[in-house]
Amino acid sequence: MPFVQPQPPTADAPAQPVTAPVIVAEGVSKHFRNVVAVDTISFEVAAGATTALLGGNGAGKTTTLSMLLGLLIPTAGRVTVLGCDMVRNRFPALAAMNFSSPYVDLPRRLTVRENLSVYARMYDLAAPGERIGELAAALDIEGLLDRTTGALSAGQKTRVVLAKSLLNRPRLLLLDEPTASLDPDTGDWVRSFLERYRAESGASILLASHNMAEVERLCDDVLMMRAGRIVDRGAPGELIRRYGRQTMEEVFLDIARSRDGDAAPVPA
Amino acid sequence: MRDLGGETGAVRAATAATFSWRRVSGVLLRHLYVLRRSVPRLLELAYWPTVQMVLWGFITQFFSQHSSWVASGAGVLVTAVLLWDVLFRSNLGVALSFMEEMWARNLGQIFVSPLRPIELVVGLAVMGGVRTLIAVVPAAVLAMPLFDVSVFALGLPLAAFFANLLIFGWSLGMLVSGLILRLGLGAESLAWVVIFALAPLSGVYYPIDVLPSLLQPIAYALPTAWVFEGMRAVLFGDGLPAGHLAAAVLLNALYACAAGAFFLLMVQRARERGLLLQQGE
Repeated sequence: MPFVQPQPPTADAPAQPVTAPVIVAEGVSKHFRNVVAVDTISFEVAAGATTALLGGNGAGKTTTLSMLLGLLIPTAGRVTVLGCDMVRNRFPALAAMNFSSPYVDLPRRLTVRENLSVYARMYDLAAPGERIGELAAALDIEGLLDRTTGALSAGQKTRVVLAKSLLNRPRLLLLDEPTASLDPDTGDWVRSFLERYRAESGASILLASHNMAEVERLCDDVLMMRAGRIVDRGAPGELIRRYGRQTMEEVFLDIARSRDGDAAPVPA
Repeated sequence: MRDLGGETGAVRAATAATFSWRRVSGVLLRHLYVLRRSVPRLLELAYWPTVQMVLWGFITQFFSQHSSWVASGAGVLVTAVLLWDVLFRSNLGVALSFMEEMWARNLGQIFVSPLRPIELVVGLAVMGGVRTLIAVVPAAVLAMPLFDVSVFALGLPLAAFFANLLIFGWSLGMLVSGLILRLGLGAESLAWVVIFALAPLSGVYYPIDVLPSLLQPIAYALPTAWVFEGMRAVLFGDGLPAGHLAAAVLLNALYACAAGAFFLLMVQRARERGLLLQQGE
């Protein structure tokens, strides 16, 4: 299917061995004055994997995602994405990755087609119309293209934001709560789409989510955060076994409710 | 440290390809779509300069019968108000386009795209130019039949005045955008405050030597003072003093570099403080 073809090498896309980790965080911390939002975390995300970044509110997930996107400069440590240092040289990586969040809007007064046209150009696409057509068909948003973005329902908006995040055929997709506030049917549709996209494109996905069923279904690997630290890591099945629980929901509650220091930070 | 693929030749090539007009066109298109979809906005852009021009046209008609200075410089006040609007609209064009991104909570999406900050600056500046033309050209055309004043009669000096005021407006817009990025949308009135603070010092409607001697050096540190002094020289038949134009160009180059650097520094500070995802109404 043409919409999932991985991005061919371009002047703006980093060339990197397929097997190299797509994300490497080494001793990364972020302090906001006296508040330690992220505390010396190190991890890698393997190429082609879907990895979850989990944690309760205030655990440091959004701060970590922001540093991976180059939106936030770490106080200490180094973030490397697709082989690029995200403080010194983020643009080649940004050309080959993308981001979707229900909390970061697209301009509401523009139509869906206008928004996608604008971002297609910002991602330097040579044939924006063709790509928008492919994505509209794949995400079933053809009927929405000429509607104002601000008038869309939550489910429609999620699909449109996903379309924006796939414009540049990203090799790495960062998703912040991709199914937040969606009804079960639409949420299931989005999860199926992401599964199919990953399988067909070979892209890597890092997602932050509070939906543990979603994590069990989509993710090969889970990073658990609490109080700015990574306190555990493993495949969903492995974590469930290790904690003697039935579901990731129960594992999440165990970790989120345990005291600081109960779980030792896991090396990358 | 393990092999991450490193910054290979392709990455170095990408780093060299630091400017793309296609990405700039994305910024432009975004704001042109907003304008195209809002006829009231388009009308409002042209409305205020036209009202100002009509007001000063009548003031000119009155004073031309009571002031030899106004009478001898044909259309000096109307030309001044139109040129002032070039500066005002150019500044607002940049600052409002940037604030539009903040109001729409769109900065996060922009800064996770490969759009370089310098491309954003160029896109906002071009948009500032478009907004300026939409605002000022109708008023300038209307001044001809209404008051028999044609700014176009200034000829080549008009292009020099226009370019200098446009560029200084961009610089002020960059300064204001950087301040709003740093201070938040609560400081949005700076878009108007900064430029009106400069108006008395720019000698828009009167020669700089009217100002107290203490303020005159400050006035001459602004390119606007040289532009409006130059405009009066042309309108009073003295021709365009080359020194005035050179001073305006040099000062403009200085302020444009400073404003661009300030904006980029504020983007960097916003990345340090985590402001890019938080901005919005």
